[in-house]
Amino acid sequence: MKALIRISRFLKPYWLKSLFSTIFLLCVVFLDLAIPRLVQQIIDQGITPGNLTVVKQTTLIMLGVSFLNMLLAIIYNTLSVYVSEAFARDLREAVFQKIQDFSYKNLDSLRTGNLIVRLTSDVSVLQNTIRMSLRFGIRAPLIIIGSLALMFATDSALALKVFPLLLLTIVVVWFFISRLGPLFLRVQKRLDNLNMVLQENIAGVRVVKAFAQRRHEEERFETANEAFTEMHIRIMRFHSSFSPALTMLINLAIVLVVWMGGFQSIKGNLSLGAIVAFTDYLMTALAPLTLLVMLSNALAAGIASAERLSEVFDTKTAILDDPSAFPLPEEINGEVAFHHVSFYYDGADGENILDDIDFYVKPGQTVAILGATGSGKSTLVNLIPRFYEVTTGSITIDGCDIRQITQESLLSIISITPQDTVLFSGTVRENIAYGKPNADLDDVILAAKIAQAHNFIMELPDGYQTQVAQRGVNLSGGQKQRISIARAVLRRPKILILDDSTSAVDVETETKIQTALRDYIKGSTCFIVAQRISTVLSADKIIVLEKGKIAAQGTHAELIKNCAIYKEIYDSQLGDGNHLVYDLLKQKKFAGAEANG
Amino acid sequence: MAENEKSSMNFSQAMRRGGPGNPGRIEKAKDVRSTAYRLGQYLWEYKFTLLIVFLLVVGYTLTGLASPYLLGRAIDGFIIKKDLQGLTQTAVLMILAYFSTNVLQVISNWVMATITQRALKKIRTDLFTQLQMLSLRFYDQNPSGDLMSRLTNDIDAINQAVSMNITSLMASVLTLAGILVAMFMLDFWLALASLLVVPFTIWFTTFIAKYSRRGFRSLQTKLGELNGNIEETISGQRVIKAFRRNESAYETFKNANEAVYEAGKYAHTYAFLLMPFTNQIGNLFVICLAGLGGWLAIKGLVTVGLLATFISYGRQFIQPVRQLSELYNSIQSALAGAERVFEIIDTEPELTDSPSALTLGKINGAVKFVDVHFGYRQDVPVIKQMSLEAKPGQTIALVGPTGAGKTTIINLLSRFYDIQSGSILIDGTDIRDLRKEDLRRSLGIVLQDTFLFSDSVMENIRYGRLEASDEECIQAARIAEADHFIRQLPMEYQTILSERGSNLSQGQRQLLAISRAVLANPAILILDEATSSVDTRTEARIQKALLKLMEGRTSFVIAHRLSTIRDADHVLVIHHGEIIEQGTHQQLLDQKGFFYNLYISQFKGQQI
Repeated sequence: MKALIRISRFLKPYWLKSLFSTIFLLCVVFLDLAIPRLVQQIIDQGITPGNLTVVKQTTLIMLGVSFLNMLLAIIYNTLSVYVSEAFARDLREAVFQKIQDFSYKNLDSLRTGNLIVRLTSDVSVLQNTIRMSLRFGIRAPLIIIGSLALMFATDSALALKVFPLLLLTIVVVWFFISRLGPLFLRVQKRLDNLNMVLQENIAGVRVVKAFAQRRHEEERFETANEAFTEMHIRIMRFHSSFSPALTMLINLAIVLVVWMGGFQSIKGNLSLGAIVAFTDYLMTALAPLTLLVMLSNALAAGIASAERLSEVFDTKTAILDDPSAFPLPEEINGEVAFHHVSFYYDGADGENILDDIDFYVKPGQTVAILGATGSGKSTLVNLIPRFYEVTTGSITIDGCDIRQITQESLLSIISITPQDTVLFSGTVRENIAYGKPNADLDDVILAAKIAQAHNFIMELPDGYQTQVAQRGVNLSGGQKQRISIARAVLRRPKILILDDSTSAVDVETETKIQTALRDYIKGSTCFIVAQRISTVLSADKIIVLEKGKIAAQGTHAELIKNCAIYKEIYDSQLGDGNHLVYDLLKQKKFAGAEANG
Repeated sequence: MAENEKSSMNFSQAMRRGGPGNPGRIEKAKDVRSTAYRLGQYLWEYKFTLLIVFLLVVGYTLTGLASPYLLGRAIDGFIIKKDLQGLTQTAVLMILAYFSTNVLQVISNWVMATITQRALKKIRTDLFTQLQMLSLRFYDQNPSGDLMSRLTNDIDAINQAVSMNITSLMASVLTLAGILVAMFMLDFWLALASLLVVPFTIWFTTFIAKYSRRGFRSLQTKLGELNGNIEETISGQRVIKAFRRNESAYETFKNANEAVYEAGKYAHTYAFLLMPFTNQIGNLFVICLAGLGGWLAIKGLVTVGLLATFISYGRQFIQPVRQLSELYNSIQSALAGAERVFEIIDTEPELTDSPSALTLGKINGAVKFVDVHFGYRQDVPVIKQMSLEAKPGQTIALVGPTGAGKTTIINLLSRFYDIQSGSILIDGTDIRDLRKEDLRRSLGIVLQDTFLFSDSVMENIRYGRLEASDEECIQAARIAEADHFIRQLPMEYQTILSERGSNLSQGQRQLLAISRAVLANPAILILDEATSSVDTRTEARIQKALLKLMEGRTSFVIAHRLSTIRDADHVLVIHHGEIIEQGTHQQLLDQKGFFYNLYISQFKGQQI
């Protein structure tokens, strides 16, 4: 509830429109309630004394009132639509902007899937809550109070007698509303569970078939299906009993009015018209009461969504520019040094992901980072563009601490190909030119050639103008990785980081990419994270990571002699048992050398 | 008399309005009649209960109609005539009428809720069972995301229309008919005057509906665009940041957001016109009656009590008219949804067990392909006239460039697809003569991309053989070298894996898949070796586990590792759907052919 109130601050710019909408609503309610009163007038002052002019006049007045009422209602509705739509737009925008400022750490903790849900469905849910509140939330109590007031005005003695019944009605409404919300959430949970079983079954269809587990899956589905059905029946029964229960109470009140009012009327204390008007007021009050239940559902859902959104708003952006941060100079060399860097993620029970990392890279060198899964390779390279903040120690570029440099200028000299390739919908060309939108086609083609992507791009239906489907589903993993590499090199960055970005590319192509890169970005410092030893053989420096620490660093020749871990990796992939191939490779190399010589 | 007010806003709608949903998405079924008939059959199972519901609805409609009449009688007959005793009697009758109306209504609602939800459950079950029967070809053609959203949305559409609307449809029609009869019986001219409102209401409702439908359709499109944009931007947030494109990403988002705002304003403004309008129709009705009735009353043609009765009927009359026009839309989309659901249910499963299918006993594991020909599409052959043979216990390595057809061979052996010509034999029996379940039970398949269920580690292993005990599962994990890492998980074997095992590394997931295969204890093993995303040490562990698993079983391995190839009894080099070379590792190297080049070329240009 608190969260909902907080989120409702987005209504603030529209307070005037909300106010007017409420005022118009007041008028509508007032005019709605005027009709029964006018009917009463026709009966008491027109029909009973036989006065035709009163009947005519009152009918005309009623027509006017009705027309005016419709007009006001339309204005009020338009205003409330405006407010709720604008609210959703602003809320979406605020969430979006908040996410734009998030660092990688924030993105890790909130998770992409969750963020998407928050931006799409949670905002819609809240919009619906606001819409319902504006339409029914204010109207319902107003009509109820208005009806009551008019009943008292018509005949307070009779109204007083009906009053306890009306109180009971409110208790019943409250009872239903308070029970329905939790029930509603339980149904939703079971529905989610049912959908999950279905989802997993579809996504894992190969496994289900491979293990011939059809029966088991059917049982699993049956259980979830039954659980949902049972709960759904319960809530439907409960929900469908609400309206009759309410109707029953109001009808009781009507009978009471006719009976007791009839007594009064026979005694001559009450007019016939008053009785008719009374019953009409009671019925007018009934409709908005049923709507309150719908409103309560919307509120329950709205509160849940508001809480989820608050979590986004409450997330502190992890990395901001230092107030004294300065941009990098135009000419930089690209010398990178890690000074005793340690790093841990929040919540990873304090254990260091990286521990005392200390190394130095000369401008233009290629550094390969090797190590087991989870040894911290990816984290290490993500520290350089300051996607994550070092916990202790520092990283310098040309001697400047990266925390002293504006993020804008830091990122402008670094290109990275992330482990998970991301492509955007748009053409292949636009994707390659993503980091440099004004690049001309020749540059794009050159970058693609270096990434060994040109040939397959030319085979696509529209070449460089081929549309990439959402998330690049129409391209293979290797193709996506190569486009991602082309994107990174196009900018001719001072520092290039390839984070395991050739895993889906075959060894031959990978070798070609590396050879081409060496010429294209001469002078750039290059970091390569890799699993395959063949990828790292020619690096100027190889850093072997073991559980977040540097186990060894040096060239291949040095490491093969001194580092046991490196030798083990090397042997498992190229050496040892595969002497045969190893020998063959040598022979071939010599053969090639002879041929060249 | 204020009976059934707003009951057309049933629970499903309310629930849907609570969610993102897509209001106003109105589609039409191609074949309305047969779809409605099929849908009806699901309810027909409950025909006796339905008959009872029908009687209940008739009952409460009648008692509902009686109440306004009693009200009029109370005024005319007793209040004006000052008959106290008669008034009390009528009051008691009224209470009885109201009470029975509401009680009958609650009973019929309860019964109906049960029937419709049971029927819906049956539809879901039928659908799911059918999904299990469909071959992989169906899943190839229907991406899982699409399939999922179609299934949930379609079922939801049926649910909305069926759940409460059936009774309210019955009640609406009956009430309309009843009121008409009653009004004409009471006073012909007043009844005729009341009817004037009807065409007006229908005309205006459809008029508004047309515009709001158009609005909602455009809103739906714009919202789709915005959500697509959001999904892409948030998923690509890291890259956007790295390439400093926040500004332009924001610009695109802002435009899409603005478009949704405009479309939303339009659609909802029209949709909301309906509510004040119908309210005013109600008022107009009362005004007409009061004006005309007043004039008639002064002339002495009608009584005040009759007028009250008519006003009361009038309030009841507008409701069903509106409900019917609202129902129309939801029934339309329900039928469209149902049609698609039935389409899936009616899809002929491509692979069925032949009636004479044999049950497979203990098998030795001799596998033979004879002139096998296959293509995923009829005109594009993927496997061409392939013949191969594996003796029991042999390890066959399949080697070749990407797209050569290695995975297809495995798919065919598992009978995920049926071959177009030739035959595949296990121990001399054509696999098409075996029951699919038996066939697959005798095969252990470890796929490259491991699928895990959001359940405990233990249950994920047990998936290989459901009747296995915990001890057997743990034993299997030990053999598969998975026990070690499982013990380090927070709840060990009881750790619940998050969606698709995303809290495990690729290598760990694969070890679990191997554990599964160990537990299944198949005669024939099929392995799709993982490539690069596992680090070398885990890889060594996986390899060790695999070797243990392969002992004594006929194994087909899509091989990426040299060690696997070297140790295989027989290496098949696949290229363009054909076996172009075969023999032992050494033989193939000596041949200096395709295989030789394939493996040597990978290391070309590397420093050694």
